[in-house]
Amino acid sequence: MSIYTATAAVPGAAARTGTRTTRVIGVLALVTTAFVVVSAFFLTPADSVQGDSVRIMYAHVPTAWVAYLAFITTAVASGFSLARRHRTLGFDRVAGASGEVGVLFMAMTLLTGSLWGRLTWGTFWQWDPRLTTTLFLFITYVGYLAVRRIDTDPRQRARRSAVIALLAVLEIPLVHFSVVLWRSLHQEASVLSPDGDVRLDDLMLFTLFAGVAAFTLIFAWLVIHRQRLTALADIRQTVGLDAAIALRRSETSGVVK
Amino acid sequence: MASDTTIHLSNVVVALGGFPALAGVTFGVGRGELVALRGANGTGKSTLLRLCAGLVPLTRGAAVVAGVDLLVNRVAVRPHVGLLGHRNGLYGDLTAKQNVQFVADLVGATASDVSSALERLGIDQRVASTSASLLSAGQRRRTALAALVVRRAQLWLLDEPHAGLDAAARRELDVILRDATASGATVLYTTHEIDQVAGTPRTITLDGGCVASDVASTIGSAR
Amino acid sequence: MNVALSIARKDLQIEWRTRMLLARVVPFALLVMVLFAVALDSEPLVLRAAAGLVWLAMLFSTMLVVQRAFDIETADAAIDTLLACAVHPARVFFGKALALFVQLFALVVVLVTAAIVLYGVTVSGSRVVLLVTVVISATSGLALVGTLYGAVVANMNGRDSLLPLLALPVLAPLLIGASRATEAAFGSQTIDMANGWAWVGLLGVYGIVFGAAGSAAFSPLTESDS
Repeated sequence: MSIYTATAAVPGAAARTGTRTTRVIGVLALVTTAFVVVSAFFLTPADSVQGDSVRIMYAHVPTAWVAYLAFITTAVASGFSLARRHRTLGFDRVAGASGEVGVLFMAMTLLTGSLWGRLTWGTFWQWDPRLTTTLFLFITYVGYLAVRRIDTDPRQRARRSAVIALLAVLEIPLVHFSVVLWRSLHQEASVLSPDGDVRLDDLMLFTLFAGVAAFTLIFAWLVIHRQRLTALADIRQTVGLDAAIALRRSETSGVVK
Repeated sequence: MASDTTIHLSNVVVALGGFPALAGVTFGVGRGELVALRGANGTGKSTLLRLCAGLVPLTRGAAVVAGVDLLVNRVAVRPHVGLLGHRNGLYGDLTAKQNVQFVADLVGATASDVSSALERLGIDQRVASTSASLLSAGQRRRTALAALVVRRAQLWLLDEPHAGLDAAARRELDVILRDATASGATVLYTTHEIDQVAGTPRTITLDGGCVASDVASTIGSAR
Repeated sequence: MNVALSIARKDLQIEWRTRMLLARVVPFALLVMVLFAVALDSEPLVLRAAAGLVWLAMLFSTMLVVQRAFDIETADAAIDTLLACAVHPARVFFGKALALFVQLFALVVVLVTAAIVLYGVTVSGSRVVLLVTVVISATSGLALVGTLYGAVVANMNGRDSLLPLLALPVLAPLLIGASRATEAAFGSQTIDMANGWAWVGLLGVYGIVFGAAGSAAFSPLTESDS
C-alpha cells in the first residue's frame, strides 16, 4: 500500500492551502480581533452588577455563535455528502473541517462560560438547560471527531460520520426541550439571577458584534485551510492512482503462466 | 449490448483505499456460461467477484452486470446475484439448517427447498442441527453452498468454492454448478490451478489486476 | 414486513441458543443496581433515586446487547448475505430493533422487579398503567437508538468505546423522560401522575423521530466499500 501512495508526486506549487481570498480573510480577522481585544479590555465599561467579569462575554458569545455555525455547516455539508453520488468526499472534507473547528470553539464557550459562572454565580457549573444542552452537544461532536479519526475506507467513514452529524442536529431540540422540561419541574431558587442578561450600551453591543465577526472570519479561515489540506492529501492519492495502476499492471506473480 | 450478456466489463479499475486491486479489466460473460477465474493470491480475483456482486464501487471504466449499470446503481444488481465469498456469511450461533432456513426466508424459498439443498450438499441430520461455529471448515463451506443453492440466483459468484471440501463434496459441487448453468444461470468462480470444475469451457487468468489470458480451457475436461 | 420479522426471529433464535442476556447482561444490570445502592449508602436516597437508577442500568446494558447484535452480523460477514439477498435496509433496521426491543423488555421487567425488591419501591393502582406505558415507550426508544448507533459503529475498530460515546448523549432525553415518568409511577412526591404522562408524550415523540431517522439512515450505513 505505502509503495503506491509514495509514488504520487505532488508539484511543490500546488502544495499550499492559502489563496488571495484566505489572505484577505486572515487580514480582516486580525484587524477585527485586534479591535475587539482593545475595546473589550479598555474601551467598554464594566457592568454595574458583574464588574469586569462582564468582559468575558466578548469572547464567550462569539465562540458559542461560531460553534453553532460550525455544526450547522457540518450538518449541511454532510447532507450534501450523503445525497450526492459524486464529490462526496469534497463535502465530507468541509464537514470534517467545520466539525473540528466547532469542537474547538465550543470547548472555548464552555470554558469561558464556566469561568464567568464562577465569578458571577460562585459555581463553575449550573444545570441550566442551555448549559446542559451545550455540554451534551459538545460530547456528541467529540464522538463525531472520534469516528472521523478511524482509519477505514474514506467513503464508508464519510457516510457514517455524515449520519452522525445529521442525527446530532436532530438531537439538539430533543435534548434542549427535555432539559427545559426537566428543570422546570424543580422549583429552582433563582441562583441564576443575575442570569447573564446585561444592559448593553452602544459600544458594548458594537464590540460584541465585532467579536462575532472576528470569530466568524477566523472560523472561515481555519475551515478553508483545513479543508484544502485534506483535499491536497486526497489529490495526492488520485494523482497516484494512474501511477499505481501502471505499477499494478507491471506486477507479474510468475506463478501463473 | 446483447441481452444474453450477463457480465460486461470494460477497462474496469477498482481502487481499494488508493490501491488499484483491479487495474483495467475487460471481458464479457454470456448468459449460461461457466467461467473459471484463475490467478495467484492478490491478483484481484475476489475484488472482481465483489464488484460483480455490487459490494464494491467502480472507480473507473464501465461495468454492466445482469443488465444493471454498476456506475449508476450497484445496489440494484444484488437481487440477481448469489455470492459465496471468502467468508461463509454464516451465523455461528445458529445451526446449519437455521442458517439456510434464514436465507430461504429472506428470498421466499420454501422449507422443501431448504431440505433438498441440505441433502444435495450432504449435510445430514446431525450436522444440520449443530451450531455452525462447531462445524468443521468443510461442513461450514457446504452449509454456505446450500444457502447459495436456495437463493436460485441468475448469476453465481463463488470465491474459491473448492477450498476445504473433500473429494465427494467437490464432485457434487461440480454437478451443482453445471446444473445451474444448464438451467440458465451464469457461474463465475475463482480457483487455484488444481481445483477446477470438470469440463469448465472457459478460463480467464488474472495477473496484476488485469486479464492475462482468456482461453477455452482443456483442463479438467477429462476427469 | 415479513423479512423484518425473519430478521428479528433470527436474532432471537441466536439469543435463545446462546442465552447471552440471561448469562451476562441480566447479572451485569443487577450488579449495577446493587452497586448504586452501596455507593449511595442511604435507604431514603436510594428510594428517591430508584427510577433513575433503573434506567441508567438499562442504558449501560443496552450498550452490551447492541454491541452483540452487530458483532453477530459482522463476525463472518453475514451482513453481506443480508445485503446480497437485496433486503431493504429499513427492514433490517426494524427487524433488528424489534429483536432488541424484546430482549430489553425482558431485562427491564427484571430491573423493575429488582427495584421493588431491593430498593423498596411500591407500585399500585392506576400507577401500574403508567409504569407499563413508560416501560414500553422508553424501551422502544432504546431499541431504535441502539440499533441505529450499533450500525454506525458496526465493524469499526474501537467500536466498544465508540458506541457509548456516541449513543449515550443522544439517549439523554430518553433517560430524563423515562426516569421522571417512572418516578411518578413509583409514587414519588416530587412529581405527579399528570406530569408523568407528559413525559410519556416526550418518549413517544422521541421514538417516532429516531424510528424515522433509523429507517432512512440504514441505507447509507450498511453500504460497504471494500
